[in-house]
Amino acid sequence: MTELKTNKATYLERLHIDAFLLFCLLSLMFVGLLTIYSSGGQEMDLVYRQLIRLGLALTVMFALAQVPTLFLRRISVYAYGIGVFMLVGVLLFGDMGKGAQRWLDLGFVRFQPSEIMKLAVPLMLAAYVSRRSLPPKFSTILIGFGLVFIPTILIAKQPDLGTSLLIASSGIFVLFLAGLSWKLITVIAGLGGAFTPIMWFFLMKDYQKQRVTTFLDPESDPLGSGYHIIQSKIAIGSGGLDGKGWLQGTQSQLEFLPERHTDFIFAVFSEEFGLIGVIGLLIMYLFIIFRGLYIASRAQDPFSKLLAGSITLTFFVYVFVNMGMVSGLLPVVGVPLPLISYGGTSMVTLLAGFGILMSISTQQRLLSR
Amino acid sequence: MAPKRQTIRDHSAEANLFARRAFISGLFVVFFMGLILLNLYNLQINQFEDYQTRSNGNRIKLLPVAPNRGLIYDRNGVILAENRPVFSLEVITEQVDDLEATINDLASLMNLSEEEIQEFHSERKKLRRFKPVALRKHLSHQDVALFSANQHKFPGVSIEARLSRHYPFEDSLTHLLGYVSRINKRDLEHLEATDQAANYADTHDIGKQGIEKYYETMLHGQVGYQQVEVNNQGRIIRVLDFQPPIPGQDLVLNVDIKLQQKVQEQLEGKRGAIVISDPRTGSILALYSNPSYDPNLFVDGISQKEYSKLINSRASPLLNRATQGRYPPASTIKPHLALLGLEKGIIDKDSTIRDYGTYRLRNVDHVWRDWKKGGHGVVDVTKSVEVSCDVFFYDLAYKLGIDNIHEGMTKFGFGQFSGIDLNEESAALMPSRGWKRARHNEPWYIGDTIPVGIGQSFWNVTPLQLVQSLNILINRGMRHNPQLLRGVLQENQLVEQPIKSTRAVEVHKPENWDIVLDSLYGTVNRKHGTARNAFRNTDYISAGKTGTAQLFSVGQDEEYEEENVSLYLRDNAMYIGYAPYDKPEFSIAIAIENAGGGSSNAAPVARSLMDFYFEQQQGVIAQSANSPNTAVNSQ
Repeated sequence: MTELKTNKATYLERLHIDAFLLFCLLSLMFVGLLTIYSSGGQEMDLVYRQLIRLGLALTVMFALAQVPTLFLRRISVYAYGIGVFMLVGVLLFGDMGKGAQRWLDLGFVRFQPSEIMKLAVPLMLAAYVSRRSLPPKFSTILIGFGLVFIPTILIAKQPDLGTSLLIASSGIFVLFLAGLSWKLITVIAGLGGAFTPIMWFFLMKDYQKQRVTTFLDPESDPLGSGYHIIQSKIAIGSGGLDGKGWLQGTQSQLEFLPERHTDFIFAVFSEEFGLIGVIGLLIMYLFIIFRGLYIASRAQDPFSKLLAGSITLTFFVYVFVNMGMVSGLLPVVGVPLPLISYGGTSMVTLLAGFGILMSISTQQRLLSR
Repeated sequence: MAPKRQTIRDHSAEANLFARRAFISGLFVVFFMGLILLNLYNLQINQFEDYQTRSNGNRIKLLPVAPNRGLIYDRNGVILAENRPVFSLEVITEQVDDLEATINDLASLMNLSEEEIQEFHSERKKLRRFKPVALRKHLSHQDVALFSANQHKFPGVSIEARLSRHYPFEDSLTHLLGYVSRINKRDLEHLEATDQAANYADTHDIGKQGIEKYYETMLHGQVGYQQVEVNNQGRIIRVLDFQPPIPGQDLVLNVDIKLQQKVQEQLEGKRGAIVISDPRTGSILALYSNPSYDPNLFVDGISQKEYSKLINSRASPLLNRATQGRYPPASTIKPHLALLGLEKGIIDKDSTIRDYGTYRLRNVDHVWRDWKKGGHGVVDVTKSVEVSCDVFFYDLAYKLGIDNIHEGMTKFGFGQFSGIDLNEESAALMPSRGWKRARHNEPWYIGDTIPVGIGQSFWNVTPLQLVQSLNILINRGMRHNPQLLRGVLQENQLVEQPIKSTRAVEVHKPENWDIVLDSLYGTVNRKHGTARNAFRNTDYISAGKTGTAQLFSVGQDEEYEEENVSLYLRDNAMYIGYAPYDKPEFSIAIAIENAGGGSSNAAPVARSLMDFYFEQQQGVIAQSANSPNTAVNSQ
């Protein structure tokens, strides 16, 4: 009996669960459910469906937490290969959904290969870069960039700007954490600047360009494409310091706010809980990010470090891009607010990432003991 | 395939490198999160009020609420224009589970026609799903009862009531009351130009003619507002505030509906108009033009077929003959001319002429005939009016000249707008040299002046002008503005309109009035009076003047024979009269088109209306004598 008591933490560790991380995740999910209930017209239906997804996603997380990092490292090249293969498949045979080709139908299941790439790219990059000693040589970096570039372009072609942005950053984070020299970072930033007009004229679709122009001046088209962002800012701004109260947000309750329970859920939250609520939310996210960086820096091998770091920073990009776009700081790209937004696939991928993070965290602690 | 190791890995260096990079990443995270926070602080704290206002502007809407239109009563409190609820069967598509089945069931229950269903569907497609769509617009009482009994079977279907104008006396008052009808584009432009558009924001109908148009502002009232919270679809979620509309004022008219109906009865089957007034005040007791039409047709939107029937009818029912009908006054203006002659000193009480039945001017070939073959013999001014001698007035007109006549008759209101509270009025025509030059580009010939003496030759008048000129005679030069509106009801108390009076005609010798009024008395009461037959054995003493207006010029050597003249060229019968002679309270002008001579066709009409009026008055007096309340009050 006494042994069990003293080993309670160890007991969670045996299940490869990071208690602090789990607590933060569950708290945010709870906040998410409250906000979904409010924004979805106060119907339990949406909440139940979200609960099922969360259950599935948590299961995936627990499962992945049990997988040793060595195994992940071994399968990374296959995951990446299959992923790229399927992305090509999507472009050739994919289903259209909302004007974009994202889904692959394998007969028994439909899914978005880009979700696989969200994990496969950091896995592949971390595995590839960590084969040699760090910081990586120039040739390694070049190939690394190539590995990032291929899926990014394939996904951007679908077109899915949000996801390709997330995937590109997940790969670039690996390279950065691996010790990409500042000189090269400067050069890449310069090249990136030069690449922007090419993107604008040759790669971006009209609706994506529209998003950017609307972002620059939403009031130019208040009832058209500027409507989302204006209504969203009204929702956030009218929330004030302490918000209108849960279920009391007029912008969301009276349906002025579009995409209320998915991409724009942060506006609902801000309207109802105000700046105080927002600060609380930001703190929870910061907890998760710092915990992730802590796990990364404590990981035993470079592969794990790079992988954990990349997953954590990509999570941050999610948060930043979503909040940025909803509050009018960034153009609208379809990125959900992680752990809060209503939605299935991305939630599973996200928690799969946290599963890997937990695996890294606990396995190595167990080893080091 | 094992990778060649060129250097041995320095694990602690790698760990340090990674730790540094992780630390820098952490700084970046904090920096960018700070950026987000700063932006949100700006939105939620600095610009809070701005966004709060916009958020309220989003959700709070002011909805106008139409005021109830004022009612219109006759002088005895009988309602002439009312607001009746009309019931319509309405469907809110959103609340109906199976629209097709519901419509089918309703169709068999209510006997809906294929057209009604089609109209419903086309209307439905134009509106949002939560807006009610009418399936049948005017439900009968049976419809209402039938549906009410079955309402539970039809969720989302209901009976809605709206107030709609109704004129219970239908075609009896059309030209007087006018009507309201749906606000059209032109009305809207006018409302916008006069800054009234907001007041009509929720109003369905507007006065188009008659009293309804003239007193539109008083009848309409002030719009109210409902402050509501709406969602992004514009659906009302709840009412936050309500500022009730101020209903329009209730009007009381001078019109006596019973008398008006009697007038209508008298004109049955004829074309013409009658105006009855109270000479003491200028109040209009009855004003009717026949043929008429049912104004209720216009309230709900008249069908094209019905409208073209009205507009193409040769009898012109849309014309208000009482105020717009232009009739040659014929002999009815002889008394006015007589007064003018007396005042100008051209004739006096005793001047006579000898009438052989024709009138000639030196060096002029034309012969002007008297209506009576062989003439009236020696006549003075009084007799000339009584027997309606034409030659006397040919001569008088010749001696007065058109300039004097124009000036004098204009003072009696001829060729002028009467100032009645109706927009549909004609000034008719009092001819003059200037007018003829402008209109026909011809000089005024002396030959034009002669027939002016018997109210012909370009001169035309409206029945309303006639009754007004008669009132000026009765009142010895005083003119009271003809007035349909008696007053407004304020908290059930009648607040009367002031009488607008001016001195229209000044005389040097007041006894001239006596001479003229006496001649009117003689017309009705003395031996040769042209109206004597019509007014035999009345309980009251009246006075008047007949008139017969020629529309067809008989050749110099021809006889006018009624049978040979087409219906629309037959003579118009005219009459003006008043009673009682000593204390006038009833004055009338009658014009009946193509009816024949005034003495036999217009005077009897005046007779029966006066009979009716005084019988009614008698009744009222008898009633109030019997009533103990009034007896007490009168003490």
